[in-house]
This record gives sequence, structure tokens and C-alpha cells, in this order.
Amino acid sequence: MALTAASKKRLVTAALVGPAAAWLFVFLVLPFVAILVFAFGRRAPEGGYQPAFTLEQFANLGARSAAFVNTLVLAPAGTAACLLVAYPVAYYLAVKSNPKYRLLLVSLVVVPFWTSMLVRTYAWMYLLGARGIPHLLEFVGLTDVRLLNTAGAVLLGIVYGYLPLMILPIYVSLEKLDRRLLEASADLGARPVATFFGITLPLSLPGVMTGVALVMILLLGEYLIPQLLGGGKVFFIGNALVDLFLQSRNWPFGSAIAVTLVAVVVVILLVAMRVAWRVAGTRQVDLL
Amino acid sequence: MRALVTAVYLFLYAPIALVVLLSFNSGRNASDFVGLSTQWYGKALSNTFLMDALRTSLIVGLTSAALAAVFGTMAAMGMERLGARSRAVFDGLFAAAIVVPGVVIGIATLVALVELLSIVNPALAAFWPFEPAPKLGLGYGSIIAAHGLFTMALVTMIVKARLASLGRDIVEASNDLYATPLTTFREIVLPQISPSILAGFLLAFTFSFDDFIVAFFVAGSKTTLPMYVFASIRRGVTPEINAIATMVLGASLVLIIIARVLMREKKPRH
Repeated sequence: MALTAASKKRLVTAALVGPAAAWLFVFLVLPFVAILVFAFGRRAPEGGYQPAFTLEQFANLGARSAAFVNTLVLAPAGTAACLLVAYPVAYYLAVKSNPKYRLLLVSLVVVPFWTSMLVRTYAWMYLLGARGIPHLLEFVGLTDVRLLNTAGAVLLGIVYGYLPLMILPIYVSLEKLDRRLLEASADLGARPVATFFGITLPLSLPGVMTGVALVMILLLGEYLIPQLLGGGKVFFIGNALVDLFLQSRNWPFGSAIAVTLVAVVVVILLVAMRVAWRVAGTRQVDLL
Repeated sequence: MRALVTAVYLFLYAPIALVVLLSFNSGRNASDFVGLSTQWYGKALSNTFLMDALRTSLIVGLTSAALAAVFGTMAAMGMERLGARSRAVFDGLFAAAIVVPGVVIGIATLVALVELLSIVNPALAAFWPFEPAPKLGLGYGSIIAAHGLFTMALVTMIVKARLASLGRDIVEASNDLYATPLTTFREIVLPQISPSILAGFLLAFTFSFDDFIVAFFVAGSKTTLPMYVFASIRRGVTPEINAIATMVLGASLVLIIIARVLMREKKPRH
């Protein structure tokens, strides 16, 4: 029986997307269903999972409230700090820098983000450790300064690690800005400050939203920075998850926390998308 | 503003530069710079645990990037032919694969795999015709599969962007001249998207090679290079770690620069 042209076309399409679809199903959809099921179960006596249908894991979330509090305070604080540093840099790159070197300068910002986060965070362990900056401070008379294993160190690590991810989307939206609008504003007698707040800033908000959403989402699941720079004192949800799954082997409780984390991420994403749509039509940003 | 931007660049690069500098320290102590030497590189390269971890990371990275390059490219091409709704579902899933924190991907994959294996292994034992029946466990396969998720998403995104900017008319012209779809693909589409595929492959490899957290969950008894580095850091800073870190940074830097050059779109000349 000969295939019709339409069904042949459909077969080719299915063959093309099939493997990736199967992969997404087995290694993304199925795992999420699994942790959702686990979150309603009980911990087996020897660790692991025992089937049940109970809400006790969710009711117990308060047992790890410190991790939630740390994450929900430090992730937004870190995101805000990133934004504060990133905006002027993105503005300089997009508006003030010499166009001849612009691409190079932007690349120089982005490259660190694509290199090993582990190594870059480790560099700060070194700098903040007893033989790093505190050692230098002794020469000016400041003794016993402790920098490593503090909330400040974690914040610094966050800004260092995620700054490029914040700069890039803001840069992209500022770069697309129509220069004629700025000239028109100046021609109409607006001072540079008025032009900035009236035109530049509002038009760059989609980029700001993208940057904030990206950094925030990744920070909510952060593990390495609190682990290395917070020294087990300033831990995030991600650290609690590793502990629950690999040490305590309390899989149902860990699953409940993971499900809650994903729910928070989804809510933030939806809010950010709504705001971004309202502010401007752009939804896409080039992450590379 | 210039001063601020300069300060930010210093902030971004100074810590990295410091690690690189200290990796050439000839002293025994990691923090006191005595003189230049490459002895720690020699020590690192003759460390068998480290070399094992490196081999594991290379096998995992190359395999998952290769799978991603093939299936990701196919998916990008197939998605162009899908209806709006199924395309949106795919887009959402691929975006989730990149944006969902690695910790969550890692634990979810671990939980699902352990559950899956607890079904598959008894079934294998029951139906396998020879003794002993193979027992599947966590290891290369599970890391490659878990990394395949985000590497595939990455390649699909990159190739899809390239396909979208590809002129439709040249493909149609090829069809009008009675080229078979396969010929059109080989002669027209592939040459234009192959730089993007290669860039996707390199970035996918870098992602997989740098990943710590997903592998941490699903590696079983295997150790990848970032897992080794993480464990060593927690044991205490040594100059050898600086040498390893420098090599990791250097390798990912080179790959990223190549990938970005490949991805640079050729602007049409007017």
C-alpha cells in the first residue's frame, strides 16, 4: 500500500522529532512525575521510598525552614545586587562604548559565564580565606576579619557568578533601542536624566525582566556557591536537597521540597512573563 | 562610568588570573608565591585518580554532545514542520530542560532511574536466557542520558535559530529544480547549518564537562572531573588543584571561543 504524500510527510516529521521527544519524556517528564509521586509517600525504614498517599511531607516543610528562608532572602538580594552592578555596565556597553570594540567587550563579559562555575567560585574561597584578603587586611591593622563562610561571601559569589547572565539580556534590549528616540527627546528639550528615565529605562525593562528571571530561577536551585562560600552555615534549598537525597536518604521529604521549589520557580517565571509581555512585546532573548 | 566598567572587568578576571598565577607557584604552600614552576601540572597529570576522572568526563561529554548534535539537529528540523501547538510544547520542554535548576534535574533523574531499574533488573533476571543476567545500574549511561537532556536542548535552540534565519526561497528553488528532499538537505541546508551544529556540539560538550550537580546525583560509583575537583577543594586547597582548575578553564575557554566564532552569523552585504 503506497503512502499518501501527507502521511509520508508526517512520518518523516515524527522520525525527526521522535528521539528528542522520547528523551524529553524519559528524562524530564517522567522524573518530574516520579518526584511528584514520591512527595506524597513515606520514607522507608532503611531510607528511600515507601508508597503512600499522604500530605505529611508537605506539612513538614517547616523542618527545613532555614534553607527556605536563606534562599528566599539571599536569592532576591543577590539578584538585586547583580542588577545594580549589571545595568550601568550594560548601558555603557550598548550606548557609550566605541562600536569598534563593542563586540569584544561584550564577549569578555560573557566568556566567564561559560567557563567553569566551580573553578570561579573556588577562586573566591581562596581570596576570602584566611590567607587571602583577611591576610592583607592585617597589614593595615585589621585583625580577625572573617569573610569566608558568611552570608556576605555567598552574596559576593552570587554577583560574581551570575553578573554576566544579568548584563547580557539588558545589553541586548539597550542595543536594540532606536537612537532616534533619544535624539528626539533631546530635541524636545528633555535633559539627559529625563531622557534616561522617560525613554531608555522603560524600553530596557524587557531585558531587565529577562535577566532578573533567569538569575533568580538559577539562584533558587543554587548549590555550589552556598556550599563553597557559605561553608555549610549559609545553605540554600539546593544544599538541603543534596543532604536529604544523598545523606539522610529521606527521598519523600526531599521530593516534597523539590516539588515546592519547582512550584516557586514556575510562579516566578509566570509573573516575569506576564510583566514582560505587558511592558513590551519581546519574549525572546539570546542567551548565547 | 568608565571607571565602574573597568572595575567590573577587573572583578570578573582578577580571581581567575590569580588561580592561574598560583598554579605556576613553585612553593609547597598554595598561598605563598615563591617562584615559577610547572611542577604542579606534572603532579596533576601523573595523578591516576584525576586522570580517571578526566577520562570519565571526556567519555560522558563527547557521547552526550554527539547524541545531542544528532538528535538535537533532527529535532530542530522536525519542529519546523510541526503545528503551532506541538511546537509550543517542545519549546516549553526544551526551555525547562535548560532553566530548571540542576539540583532538581539531578534528583528527579535519580529517583526515576532507581525506580525504573528496580523494575527492569528483575525483569532482565527473569527473562535473560544466560547466567548471570546483566544488572543495570547508575554509571556512564545515566550521566550521559541526564546530560543528554540539557545538551540536546542547547543544540536544538542553536540550530533552530540558524534554520529560522535561513532563506526559504533557496530551499524552494532547489525543490523546483527537482532535487529530492535528501539532496536539498545535503547540498543546501546542511552546509549552511553545519557551523551551528558544530558550535552546538562544542557548547554541549563544555556544559557536560563543567556540570557538577547533575552528575553528583546520577553518577553512581563513577567520578567526573568536576566531582573530583569538588571533593579535593573540600579536603583543602592545594597547588595541584590550581593547576587542574587552570587546565579546565583553559580548555573550556578555547572551546567557547571556537563555538562563538562558528555561531557568528554572516551578515548579508548590501
